Amino acid sequence: MLAFIISRILQAIPVMLVVGFLAYALFAFVGDPVSIMLGQDHTEAQRQALIHQLGLDQPFFIQYAKFMLAALHGNFGISFRLAQPVASLIAERLPATLELAFTASVLATLMGIPLGVYTGIYRNSPLARLLMVVSLIGVSLPVFLLGILLILIFSVALGWLPSFGRGPVTHIGTWWTTGFTSWAGIKALILPGVTLGLFQMTLIMRLVRAEMLEVLRTDYIKFARARGLSNRTINFGHALKNTLVPVITIIGLQLGGIIAFALVTETVFQWPGMGLLLVQSVAVADIPVMGAYLMLIALVFVAINLIVDLLYYAVDPRLRIDRRTATGAR
Amino acid sequence: MSEQTIQSPRSEGRLARIRDSDLLYSFRRAPIAIVSAVVALVLIIASAGAPWLAPHNPMDLASLSLLDSMKPPVPLPDSDWSNPFGTDNQGRDVLSAIMYGARISLIVGFLAVGFAVVVGVAVGLAAGYVGGFVDSLLMRIADIQLTFPAILTALLVDGVIGAALPGTLHTSLQLYVLIFAIGISLWPGFARTIRGSTLVERNKDYVMAARVIGLSPARVMLTHVLPNVIGPVLVIGTLALGNAILAEATLSFLGVGLPPTEPSLGTLIRIGNDFLFSGEWWVTIYPGVVLVLMVLSINLLGDWLRDALNPRLR
Repeated sequence: MLAFIISRILQAIPVMLVVGFLAYALFAFVGDPVSIMLGQDHTEAQRQALIHQLGLDQPFFIQYAKFMLAALHGNFGISFRLAQPVASLIAERLPATLELAFTASVLATLMGIPLGVYTGIYRNSPLARLLMVVSLIGVSLPVFLLGILLILIFSVALGWLPSFGRGPVTHIGTWWTTGFTSWAGIKALILPGVTLGLFQMTLIMRLVRAEMLEVLRTDYIKFARARGLSNRTINFGHALKNTLVPVITIIGLQLGGIIAFALVTETVFQWPGMGLLLVQSVAVADIPVMGAYLMLIALVFVAINLIVDLLYYAVDPRLRIDRRTATGAR
Repeated sequence: MSEQTIQSPRSEGRLARIRDSDLLYSFRRAPIAIVSAVVALVLIIASAGAPWLAPHNPMDLASLSLLDSMKPPVPLPDSDWSNPFGTDNQGRDVLSAIMYGARISLIVGFLAVGFAVVVGVAVGLAAGYVGGFVDSLLMRIADIQLTFPAILTALLVDGVIGAALPGTLHTSLQLYVLIFAIGISLWPGFARTIRGSTLVERNKDYVMAARVIGLSPARVMLTHVLPNVIGPVLVIGTLALGNAILAEATLSFLGVGLPPTEPSLGTLIRIGNDFLFSGEWWVTIYPGVVLVLMVLSINLLGDWLRDALNPRLR
């Protein structure tokens, strides 16, 4: 187990080095940071001084090593657009994005699994059929259109929920902010959370349904019925448990999708998170922010893949046995 | 294999072959496929023929009149049939803007998928046929890229090229930048499938024979292996077209895609979004509906093609 974790972490290191190299190459070769930082009027001496100060006169690989070292210490340079350290810009916006992503995933999982179980068990009932049709729409509706529609209905027409921003936030510790502490903050989370979570929810629901249909046909379910176990025990204790392996994979892999589509959702709702920061940075070619975002996202993806692998291990005992026999045979 | 031997003796001549084909038979029996094909065809004709079919020319600033601005769509009061979908804040006809916009969306979609097919097929063929180090390197890259969502790749590529090009050049080239960015985000799907089938074909006798008579590897790959592995590209390509159109719309909505001077469906939705709060919903909802219809019909057609052509493909 420990060896497995260590080998996975070791595999992640080259990936991070390559992504860091890309981020650095972006910074070094795209655009001209010196002229951007100096502005219009400067002397050649000032220019040389800045080049020396930034270390741009040193060999490429030394610069790359320095960049990676600085990145390890959380220093990603200074944003061209806002003239602030990138690390503090991102740290400021990270809680907003994490809170949104968390709300969306929890919503998707808590709604998706029960709905999937229901549509799997009562697959011919009218409600289940209706849910399947609705889910087809949910899968094919672009995220930004869904956001616009929700704003149109719940903010413009009904006036129930706010259409932009996070509402009032409370500071916890030095840099974490949360909207969960006030009713207005929670209300501001509803529309963006639903927008971001609906796609995952329909995906989880359809997957759980398909897996349930598969499992309910197997012999051990028939046997459990013959033993006279209650429907509840059979459906949740026996059937649902065995559908969870692919569901966990999809939830894990979809976390990446949640991060990607968070930037669309954040733009629609003007949510002050990392995604909005990235979109604004791309529009004006703010390279340091883009590079830092790239590295952060790569780190998140590596972490997600590791966690999904570990969860497999926890959920499916067969993997453990396979592994033991595999190593024993060697 | 067995399908070829079973093929009916009547099938002589092109037309007869099409009429008797399994594909057409399964198409006739799939109502969803027929409806999607009709919807897709109507949208493609309406947008490809926009310069001739659209009631107004939204690019012609001289024809616009501010007196006509924000006219509501037809069933509502104060509307008339010269602007069935209403007008925007500059008096532009929404229907015409949608037709021209859908044209740009389709152009970007087709060219991006075309680019992805060329890159993906070339990489897949090379990786599968050459094997060894080339294979593991190329497929490693594809695997890493596949873990990132395509939309994120396209956004970052778009941003990097935008940073590298000087401002004026960037605006005039934005269409091609977008096609490149979306195409790059889609190639691994093609490469993996092509590589898989190339690995199988590589060891067959006809490839051996071609190599024995001294053909160059490039010739063997392009004229002998390629025709035998190209089949699944149609299915993946159709599904990728839906994704490419959606990616373009998303990027344009985010404001890093096409500028308002070349409005695609996504740009129209973004422009219309500003009027949502003053109640002018039609400027954004109609382009949105057309976008959903377009993507949905293409995706349903792709699903049907997948099931009809190759049930083994998932």
